[in-house]
Amino acid sequence: MRENLAKVLTLTNTQIFRRAPLPKSYTDFLGRKLFLFLLTLQGLAAFALITLGVLLRKFQTARNVIRPRIRQEIARAGVALLPMFLFVALALGFLVIGQTVSALARVGATGYLGSTMVIAVVRELGPLLAAMLVLARVGTAHVIELGTARALGEVEALEALGIDPVHYLIVPRVIGMAVGVFALTVYLIIGALASGYLFAFLQDVPLTPGDYFKQITEALNWLDFVLLALKTVAFGFFIAIVTCYHGLAQPLRLEDVSRVAVRAVTQGVIVCVLIDALFILLYLVT
Amino acid sequence: MSETENAAVIEMRDVSVGAMRDISFVVLEDVNWSVAPGEFWTVAGQQYSGKSDFLMLTAGLMAPVKGECKLFGTDTRTFGEAKLAERLYVGLVFTGGQLFNQLTIRENVALPLQYHHDLTPAAAAPAAATLLELLELTPLADLTPTNVSDNWRQRAALARALILKPKILLLDDPLAGLGARHLHWWLRLLDQLSRGHDWCGGQPMTVVVTTDDLRPWRNAGRKFALLRDKKFFPLGGWNDVESANDPMVKELLAVPLEIIS
Repeated sequence: MRENLAKVLTLTNTQIFRRAPLPKSYTDFLGRKLFLFLLTLQGLAAFALITLGVLLRKFQTARNVIRPRIRQEIARAGVALLPMFLFVALALGFLVIGQTVSALARVGATGYLGSTMVIAVVRELGPLLAAMLVLARVGTAHVIELGTARALGEVEALEALGIDPVHYLIVPRVIGMAVGVFALTVYLIIGALASGYLFAFLQDVPLTPGDYFKQITEALNWLDFVLLALKTVAFGFFIAIVTCYHGLAQPLRLEDVSRVAVRAVTQGVIVCVLIDALFILLYLVT
Repeated sequence: MSETENAAVIEMRDVSVGAMRDISFVVLEDVNWSVAPGEFWTVAGQQYSGKSDFLMLTAGLMAPVKGECKLFGTDTRTFGEAKLAERLYVGLVFTGGQLFNQLTIRENVALPLQYHHDLTPAAAAPAAATLLELLELTPLADLTPTNVSDNWRQRAALARALILKPKILLLDDPLAGLGARHLHWWLRLLDQLSRGHDWCGGQPMTVVVTTDDLRPWRNAGRKFALLRDKKFFPLGGWNDVESANDPMVKELLAVPLEIIS
């Protein structure tokens, strides 16, 4: 991989230097970035497909080993984060939703409350915030754990024992994170909507709880539920893929681990934003 | 013995060995080697002579850059899911153990058995307990690898490699940094395994070790080879090693024995 990258970079530099009038340093910079981006994209796509293939092909393999690991990962990427998510849900409700509700009430626009809440919280803020928090808390840990395991030769040890590292190390993390992001998003949305109303109630906004939740339920349709599930599972899946790819898919030394962790988190954020953009298009089309 | 029993379990023909980190970097060339069942080989070489890469290739963890490497008559290039059973006949012990630090020693040892036979921890426990007892690891079984000394980590790695009862045992510099007591224990156990230990039903095990110090293997190894200048040189028995005029062999024999009390 690294050798191929070096070859590509050498070739690219030469070609651009010959053809483009821009100073060499700019072309070098852009070329490197572009090819690195394309190679990373290629690597991530390949890794995602390999993981999916292993997940489906070995679904029944070593269940007594893999299923406890999946439960452990769900606990780590879901249950263990619940207290933090409840706190964030409260904060989100108080800081954003409560103020939005009272602002809409002041201008007599409470009729738009349901659709505003659904667009802001259910479709956008809830899933994206949940994904970012899981990426920060669990994704970073994935890169460090897997990177350290790789640097210490544990991956080679698994291979020597005939254990597929993707099956043993990646599949539980991918499933755990997909389930975790989905479940935490649901809790975050419910918590934020409830605490948002609480804040509005404390500000004497003339809105009954029945009206508030009726407006929200009326603004929701079946597509919101389907796309919310797909989006959060996609967030979890791709965060796990990006973080595991950087931790596992290339030979590492211990000193590389911190650098790789930063890169993985950055790419995780970018991937989440891209997925979010894709789902906005889906919402607009449907 | 029948012809099948005498067939080489490891066979290399004109093999070039690449480095594990960068396969295109060749560390050994033109290796021709044949190992019969039950043989005990000691492969010596200085640091960075390619011993670990050679062992990785022998275990089927990487393909040769050139030539043909066979395990039990099967080309290791074709080793995949379908040939997993044959691959599991090879046990590999890394220098330093390379245990999984998140698991206890008991879990480390039981993992291959649980994974390949789809067993619960309770079902795999008796086999793991027997092996832990044999390797005197029972008191340390519930500790994680980071909480035991290198000597015991190395033993735990041996237990993990033995749990599936391999026919070939490959050990990468197993005596490196061991204390005197552990060193003699290792030499005795490897000799017993090679001759046929009661634990594996008296079946002789093929053993290949690498080392950068030949002296401890005087009474253990029965066939010796040297890695030097990217080449593999079979040396013969201990008498041939002692009588060899090769300066590197002299050097490997003269290395002071490291004893950590």
